[in-house]
Amino acid sequence: MKLRFCLLFFVAVLMIGSIYAQNHDGHQHESDATEAPSTVEFSNDSVEVLSTDPIAAEKADAHDVHDHHATFDPGATAIHHISDGNVYTILDVVTLPLPMILYAPDRGWDFFSSGVFHSGHHEDGHKSHLGYVLRHGSVHRVVDPSFSTDIDQDITGFITKTENRDGKDIEIFYAMSGGKEYRLDARSTLDGGVLGGGITSFYDFSISKNVLSMILVSLFLFFIFWSAAKAYKKNPTSAPKGMQSLLETLFVFIRDEVAIPFIGKDKYTRFLPLLMSIFFFILGLNLFGQIPFFGSSNVTGNLTVTMIIALLVFIIVNINGNKQYWAHIFWMPGVPWPVKILLAAVEFMGLFIKPLTLMLRLAGNISAGHIAILSFIGLIFIFGKAGTDMMGSTIGTFMAIPLTLFMMAIELVVAFVQAFVFTLLTATYIGSAIEDAHHAEEHH
Amino acid sequence: MTGTLAAIGAGLAVIGGGIGIGMVGSKAMEAIARQPEAAGDIRASMILMAAFIEGAALIAILLSIFVAK
Repeated sequence: MKLRFCLLFFVAVLMIGSIYAQNHDGHQHESDATEAPSTVEFSNDSVEVLSTDPIAAEKADAHDVHDHHATFDPGATAIHHISDGNVYTILDVVTLPLPMILYAPDRGWDFFSSGVFHSGHHEDGHKSHLGYVLRHGSVHRVVDPSFSTDIDQDITGFITKTENRDGKDIEIFYAMSGGKEYRLDARSTLDGGVLGGGITSFYDFSISKNVLSMILVSLFLFFIFWSAAKAYKKNPTSAPKGMQSLLETLFVFIRDEVAIPFIGKDKYTRFLPLLMSIFFFILGLNLFGQIPFFGSSNVTGNLTVTMIIALLVFIIVNINGNKQYWAHIFWMPGVPWPVKILLAAVEFMGLFIKPLTLMLRLAGNISAGHIAILSFIGLIFIFGKAGTDMMGSTIGTFMAIPLTLFMMAIELVVAFVQAFVFTLLTATYIGSAIEDAHHAEEHH
Repeated sequence: MTGTLAAIGAGLAVIGGGIGIGMVGSKAMEAIARQPEAAGDIRASMILMAAFIEGAALIAILLSIFVAK
């Protein structure tokens, strides 16, 4: 009986998948055809024309004929789905607005909800507000002073042009309104231009997708641990039941396999809250990103989030370092003096490289898993030729669904293992910072 | 050109990761064959080691994605 139900459910998912793939309104992302001309040219193929009438555009989305309908671009779609955004899309039909908190040096602070952008077809805003527009889910600002910021203007489309700045080809986005193009500025980033960012005309402090996911996961973790602690306080001697047994398994596992062996039986209690917080926070965020269609929040795959956690580990390890720790870094005992100087340089670099690898390992593993899953789903659209070929999309669905299921199973394992590895390495670094002197050197 | 080189770089990184994890796996299988009652410990250590090696390969892939974008 159960087997029949599972079979029926599986076939239903396949059928619905292939029908959904044909929907013009779905995940199709026309490629912003960056044809990289050497001069800045207006290229017809890179225009996404929405409509001059925003209300009609929402209705006409399923049927409108995009003459410039380019083919499906799996790379851009994947990158879009693992990036942060200012709107929260559930199942691709419901768009939840999020609070926007923006600061521009010439305007001051602006607080509003991202619902004023009236975002529609793949998270492009139909209206501007106070000079800000929403493109592909993230907020941009119109830098053209002739663009009126007092009223909410209609945005008819977005264009991408490529400019050559300092020998690198950079994409500049333009918004079209009332027949004119207005140059857009992306938000400021502190990467100093390494990843294409830099300080621009406004700063974005909004509650974005990632921030909302982190708040939700924190509240959820707080709730389940609080109810488990209440149950323990009420009956301290009875067997655990329900959520307690799951939490107790993980808690005791981390305490006995990670904290005590690496930090030491007498010193581990001071650092146990830190290790537990890191483990459950990363595990919760990893698993939250695996829920399909739920806003596709890729929090731990974001380098900024993992950088902050790694920075926290760096600060705590170095604050708690005792004399032995610093001696081992700068003046390694037990080796001849030329080697001491060489080792000092290497160990000093290692001081920064260890948290850096923590950051990159977690972000890389989770991002790579998400990109793999998105590529498999993108197979449906590639085979279905962006929704025009029903037979092709059915074949694509039959190929993609088993691959995606397999990849998601691996992603569950990766979620646990990466949270565990992060905690293990944190415990190792803390242990090496507070351990007492080796007595082996005195036995030579 | 940058995109092609980035893709070649990512492929080379995966070669290294694949060889590393393959060696860990083969040694783990030999060890389990020699002493089947330690299979649980060996399996856990094997998965842990694979996570570290895969981390290195994925760091290279992540960087090549950034370079290509």
